[in-house]
Amino acid sequence: MKEKVRLRDIGSFSVFVLPSLFVFSAVLLAPMLYGVYLTFTDYNPIHGASNFVGFQNYREALTDTVFFRQLGITIRYVIFSTILSNLVAFILAYLLTSKIRLKGLARTGFFTPNLIGGIVLGFIWRLIFSNVLTVLGQQFDIGILSTSFLTHPDRAIHALIIVTVWQYAGYLMIIYMAGFMSIPKDVQEAASIDRATGLRKVFSITIPLMVPSFIICLFITISRTFMTYDLNLSLTGGDPFGSSRLATMHIFQMAFQGGRFAVGQAQAMILFVVVAVIAVSQVLLAKRFEVES
Amino acid sequence: MRKYALINSIFKHIFTYLLLILFMLPFYLMIINSFKTNQEFITNPFSLPSSISFHNYIRSFEAMDFVNAFTNSLIITVISVFLILLTSAMAAYFLVRFKWVASKVIFGIFIASMIVPFQAVMIPLVSIYGRMELLNNRWTLIFMYAGFGQAFAVFIFHGFVKNIPVEMEEAATIDGCGRLRTFFKIVLPMLKPVISTVMILQVLWIWNDFLLPSLILLSPAQRTLPLSLFTFFTAFSVDFSPLMAGIVLTILPILAVFLLLQKQIVDGVMQGAIK
Repeated sequence: MKEKVRLRDIGSFSVFVLPSLFVFSAVLLAPMLYGVYLTFTDYNPIHGASNFVGFQNYREALTDTVFFRQLGITIRYVIFSTILSNLVAFILAYLLTSKIRLKGLARTGFFTPNLIGGIVLGFIWRLIFSNVLTVLGQQFDIGILSTSFLTHPDRAIHALIIVTVWQYAGYLMIIYMAGFMSIPKDVQEAASIDRATGLRKVFSITIPLMVPSFIICLFITISRTFMTYDLNLSLTGGDPFGSSRLATMHIFQMAFQGGRFAVGQAQAMILFVVVAVIAVSQVLLAKRFEVES
Repeated sequence: MRKYALINSIFKHIFTYLLLILFMLPFYLMIINSFKTNQEFITNPFSLPSSISFHNYIRSFEAMDFVNAFTNSLIITVISVFLILLTSAMAAYFLVRFKWVASKVIFGIFIASMIVPFQAVMIPLVSIYGRMELLNNRWTLIFMYAGFGQAFAVFIFHGFVKNIPVEMEEAATIDGCGRLRTFFKIVLPMLKPVISTVMILQVLWIWNDFLLPSLILLSPAQRTLPLSLFTFFTAFSVDFSPLMAGIVLTILPILAVFLLLQKQIVDGVMQGAIK
């Protein structure tokens, strides 16, 4: 009897779990493991993986000065995008959880960019940076706007940050709004009775109680902005002179345009580890600031 | 004190609406300029169109092969999302109800995999499926979406099934329901709210995705909307006003769905992020 039950359970397992496990393994797990293996070979798309080369690819990845330059640019992009989009999102959430008319409309509006893919957003802003803002700059004689951000080696990355903030702010706003609404009313009232007003209330009551929201939002922004590709491709294409080329685009070009799959994969692994370490340590660090209301 | 509150409130309103206008300006500019000629746009991008002409729309509609691209996007999104929902809900249900060591291990692997970004597997993925000559095939892409969507969906369903009491299922079993029937008749209907959360997030992701289809779908006939817009931009580089019509056309379908299902979508995004 027991034997029969076991057999039936295994039958159910294959019906319920195997399909899921199979696609997952075929698309994510196996390529992940194969990718680690690739980094130790001299794989290229024409000859396949033939020889084991030890740490050669990692050595090459780590001595690729261009990769490090792009990684540096990426980190700068991530830091500014993360700080600014969270700041704007927090302000938006604060405004939209206070007594304001047409709240629903505003929420919809701020959220809209997130319905649209990075490719489309990048194209919209490419037209704005190169054709709209330049006209504005010339008409009103605003020096900084009269030439396009996208052709300037220092400002192209600023353009990328601006669009990223514009997009993520509305998304993070939704999470912060949930955070604001979860703060118990009695805590707020107690603070008001103690004559805490405005900013004081924000800094000593709201922010400490919203640490969980901050953890989520920072994790989302850090892990996603490190991997930005679509927006980068359609907005700047990495130009001018690679000044706005983020790490992912570098890896893409290394592998699919340069044909150097193994080195590209080694760099992808390095990027992955960097992101994982930063994102996870951020969560662990921030957890120490969590308080109960 | 009351005067202070009033000024505060007025200031908040002005600030909010100013920000809203600033946020919406890019869309507004795309719409008004998509009706103008290229010359009108270049000289003054802020002016309203002197006459409403759908000329740009007709051109971009044809150049993007819009109907075809839209159909491709729709087929890929619908089938992928359906497969993700079905397989992940079944897997999550089993993993919760059968407290085997294997269940815990499998669930653990699913969770751990969520931190792996697509870019970390894209190179081996393309080389494996390329060697099997499975690239340039819509079904390969659907299969891949089904795989990449699993972990997150299993995670969300797992959390939800845990809180469903077993009694109903036990009663169904006593009545002679098999496991599959119990799942489809009893469990699946109870998953409805969380199904919509997962569905919304997966639809937004797959509909807008660019990198994966750009690696898999190589022939023009298979292009999805983002791919088609991308090639359109490369081909029309300085012919701006048809490009803007193309952007508006690309955004329109998802925007229409959003306006209909606003509340569900915002809730779905929030639930998905918080869990």
